Amino acid sequence: MSTIELLANQEYKYGFVTDIESDAIPKGLTEDTVRLISSKKDEPEWMLEFRLKAYRHWLTMREPKHWPNITYPEINYQDVVYYSAPKQKATKASLDEVDPELLRTFEKLGIPLTEQKQLAGVAVDAVFDSVSVATTYKEKLKKYGVIFCSFSEAVREYPEIVKKYLGSVVPTNDNYFAALNSAVFTDGSFVFIPKGVRCPMDLSTYFRINNQESGQFERTLIVAEEGSHVSYLEGCTAPKFDKNQLHAAVVELIALDDAEIKYSTVQNWYAGDEEGKGGIYNFVTKRGKCAGRNSKISWTQVETGSAITWKYPSCILLGENSVGEFYSVALTNHAQQADTGTKMIHIGKNTRSTIISKGISAGKSRNSYRGLVKVLAGAEGARNYTQCDSMLIGSKSGANTFPYIEVMNNTARVEHEATTSRISEEQLFYLQQRGISQEDAVSLIINGFCKEVFRELPMEFAVEAQRLLGMKLENSVG
Amino acid sequence: MMSQATKEKSQYRSAFEEFAKQIAQGEPLWAARLREGAMDRFEAKGFPTTDLEDWKYTNVAPIVRAAFRPASNKAGSPAQPEMIDPSIYTEAARSRLVFVNGVYSPELSSLEALPAGVVLADFATAFTGEHADLLRESVEQNAAHDEDAFAALNTAFLRDGAFLLIPKGVSVEAPILLLFISTSADPDVLSSPRVVVVAERDSAATIIESYSASGDAVYFTNAVVDISLGDNARVTHYKVQDESLRAFHVASTRAELGRGSAYNLTTITLGAQLSRHGIEVLFEQEGAECWVDGLYMVGTGQHADTHSLIDHRKAHCTSHQNYKGILDGKSRAVFNGRVFVHRDAQQTDAMQSNKNLLLSTEARVDTKPQLEIYADDVKCAHGATVGQLEEEELFYLASRGLHANLARNLLTYGFAEEIVDKIKIGSIKAQLDEAILNRLHARLEA
Repeated sequence: MSTIELLANQEYKYGFVTDIESDAIPKGLTEDTVRLISSKKDEPEWMLEFRLKAYRHWLTMREPKHWPNITYPEINYQDVVYYSAPKQKATKASLDEVDPELLRTFEKLGIPLTEQKQLAGVAVDAVFDSVSVATTYKEKLKKYGVIFCSFSEAVREYPEIVKKYLGSVVPTNDNYFAALNSAVFTDGSFVFIPKGVRCPMDLSTYFRINNQESGQFERTLIVAEEGSHVSYLEGCTAPKFDKNQLHAAVVELIALDDAEIKYSTVQNWYAGDEEGKGGIYNFVTKRGKCAGRNSKISWTQVETGSAITWKYPSCILLGENSVGEFYSVALTNHAQQADTGTKMIHIGKNTRSTIISKGISAGKSRNSYRGLVKVLAGAEGARNYTQCDSMLIGSKSGANTFPYIEVMNNTARVEHEATTSRISEEQLFYLQQRGISQEDAVSLIINGFCKEVFRELPMEFAVEAQRLLGMKLENSVG
Repeated sequence: MMSQATKEKSQYRSAFEEFAKQIAQGEPLWAARLREGAMDRFEAKGFPTTDLEDWKYTNVAPIVRAAFRPASNKAGSPAQPEMIDPSIYTEAARSRLVFVNGVYSPELSSLEALPAGVVLADFATAFTGEHADLLRESVEQNAAHDEDAFAALNTAFLRDGAFLLIPKGVSVEAPILLLFISTSADPDVLSSPRVVVVAERDSAATIIESYSASGDAVYFTNAVVDISLGDNARVTHYKVQDESLRAFHVASTRAELGRGSAYNLTTITLGAQLSRHGIEVLFEQEGAECWVDGLYMVGTGQHADTHSLIDHRKAHCTSHQNYKGILDGKSRAVFNGRVFVHRDAQQTDAMQSNKNLLLSTEARVDTKPQLEIYADDVKCAHGATVGQLEEEELFYLASRGLHANLARNLLTYGFAEEIVDKIKIGSIKAQLDEAILNRLHARLEA
């Protein structure tokens, strides 16, 4: 029996469009656009300077097209709306003032924002196109000294902290998409955990792109002071459009002495149809700096959506004994392309990093792991363990592994392992003869394959991720 | 930078014209035309820079800066038999071709041990021989796909090379030695060795490709080796690179594998201040198998780069790759192993491993094992490690009364042994053993 071949995928559930009046600026990107965004957000002068510097540098840069294993038609950066906000009252004192249409949208997405229905134990910042529409549990968190708010609010309320850390991990000239983001970013989340505080609940941001013409350029900044701890979750969806939309985010994490940041993502942007029409271009720069001793940053990502994913959540291990972790499941189906991985830069002594990456490619998709482990001369006793496994479903997909290992210190110990396999007939047969349907068997095997990563996710997310994988691969074997 | 490059090009151009005049007689017209075309390609491409992904970790600026020129003329190579003696492997004493500073030396070569039908000849002889067409085909084919400036440069100065033909069904007992030796008599020399091996169906042979030096001259070896294996042919290939520690060595090895054939390559890299070895193994037919193994051992001032591509184009092929590196002093090694599995290459089994041992704080390794897979029914794995000797193992030996340095050497030797053990030719093994022990011994005294 030759069972494993590809059929259809289940419909994308979050593909609806919210009919809401929006306040959008005309398409196109010039210095005036940058000024306009800044003035719309009522930003201080230094913020505008930051944007303009980034914009001017962006003009001199080239799109990184030659090294990633992805192909896409030329992006016309003048054909994008850089600011789009649902029309509503400028300041919203409470959720009651948020447009009910928006609340319904998030409810439909499974993210209830009204107080009674809020997810217990998780504070949510909901970002709709270019702006944050609501942040829950803000008051409760304030009692602990934890600041969790939209980025715009942070610029207004806490300019000193933002000024100090913004661009300190991902400089404005870091790469093409980071520069673009620095110039035109509109909103995002800001998290500040003061010294010694263990954040009492998980924080989460939910991103939704609604406007067909707009791109989403959000910025997240998380600062964990000495001895603090935070777990942050991020989720994303977008409606189905035939046109590709650009999503270029920048995420910066800073962990001081003994601090720990756990950052989890379930990315389920619209992936385009079976022929690869439409879908999100997800070009994201995520980087964390373990600035302090014994600090720890852990990235967990489940990447199932987007037409193209270009994403390398990284850790700069500066502080002595600091730890970086990267757990990733990347699933591509149909015509999706993913070039994703991580960078672990060991600078401090006795720094440790772990990379576990699981790639699953089905349909005619391409899935690449690209990772860098760099041990600088001063990183005495650095340690890295990398494992990347790929699974191919169907004979038209591709799986690639591009690990870069650069070691300049002989006390370092770096290990890399990679395997590629497919679901074996024997495993399927075994499960089926135990009365498990073929689909459930495949799902079981896939979930087993990804177990090491799912284990790292917070409970609700893990359940969501497992369901998502099952859904994405539904009918993909037969 | 630009002007430097231009100067460099014109320098090779004038050397090229002089070279062309020198060999005007005795060269077939097609070869002259081929060389001319290659020179143009070389100039158009220019030497690679670190901007190119393939040359990211290896900077060839020292080669660009130096002024190399081909060996002046044939009469001027004053090699004496006693000079090459230490470089001759006894197993291959009567089946060898010797090239001195890139120039073929009939006096030093010997073909007595070769069975009838086997052709081993220098290019000048082969160009006019019975198999001239076969040789021409190989050389032209190579020129058609040369990807970098070095291969084009080799073709531009194509004159002395080795042509080996093993007819179908013939199995050659004695290993065949191709020795390229450099002497201090001719400094700054550019030698462009070319080897063409055609192993016909059901044939078997062992080839030793050896680069060595007497003295410590600065020179540049730019070699190209093309091997084609017919159905069920078996070729065992040793490449021993023991150039002078001031030399530059750039080489490319390309093997095309026929149905059910087996290619077994072992590379030993000991010498040269800067060396780069490009390997391509192409599975052209189903059911073939290859082993591509190597050991690089470098010390202060050395940079060794290995770039390999195992190209699984057809189904049911198996590849094994095991590279080990020992780095000491202020040295640097680069390993880039690419395994490519095409859409139709189902049932591929590919294994790759690269392990590096850093003995000093100043050594640096950049390794990049790459898997690119477009078929689903395959078994592929790769692994890479960088590290130092295990404290526990050292402690174990120390507890058995071994001096710390001795324990260290023993473990280092053990690390290399996996590759050394694979070598079936006694005198290569002995040479390698000696090289490893000498280096380890030098550490003891230092």
